[in-house]
Amino acid sequence: MLLAAGVAGLVVAMTMMIWRAIVGPSQYDRMLAANSLGTKIVLLIAVIGYLSGRPAFLDIAIVYALINFVTTIALMKFFRYRTLSRPLGPEAKDG
Amino acid sequence: MVDALHLVGGGLVVAGALLTLLGGVGVLRFPDVYTRIHAASLTDTGGATLVLLGLALISGLTLETLKLGLVWVFVMLTTPAAANALANAAFSAGHTPRIGAFQIMKSLAAGEARSDTQRRETSDDDKSSPP
Repeated sequence: MLLAAGVAGLVVAMTMMIWRAIVGPSQYDRMLAANSLGTKIVLLIAVIGYLSGRPAFLDIAIVYALINFVTTIALMKFFRYRTLSRPLGPEAKDG
Repeated sequence: MVDALHLVGGGLVVAGALLTLLGGVGVLRFPDVYTRIHAASLTDTGGATLVLLGLALISGLTLETLKLGLVWVFVMLTTPAAANALANAAFSAGHTPRIGAFQIMKSLAAGEARSDTQRRETSDDDKSSPP
């Protein structure tokens, strides 16, 4: 019962993040919404695993957390340099 | 005893979900990229801590507790790092903070300094695209 309430709260928060990702004025708002949505999805997977009696969902949550971080860093690098083949360093800073 | 642990764990999960919900409200309502990053980052780390601590109390001392701790370590490592990198990327792309007294940061910004230094109306339906 309490876990179902937690799932409901997380789903509502994810809806808010999706709304910010849709209407966000800049691309950084959208990246922030995607990153925060990923964190909430990790929590949602864990809580749903406990709610349905299968705690093996936690492995999926671990993998999703790692993929979320890599996705955010790759998106920021792409939006900053417009390519993924240049090194991240202070010598390549062009504003 | 086990029922009491389940009850406390469920309460912690609900508290974490409410904190995450509060972060969603902040991300929807705040007027600036940096304030939105602030709201999302803080409530994500706090909500993840509460939810995973509640699930650990529910699961007891098993292998799932170790996995929950691993998820917590990953979230606590990656969310502040992603928020810091996101704010750094937004600042180096010329976004200027809009509310409060950010005069020093405005003079350091890459773009031209905005002239509206007075406190803006904090409405979230701003159509003005940043420079």
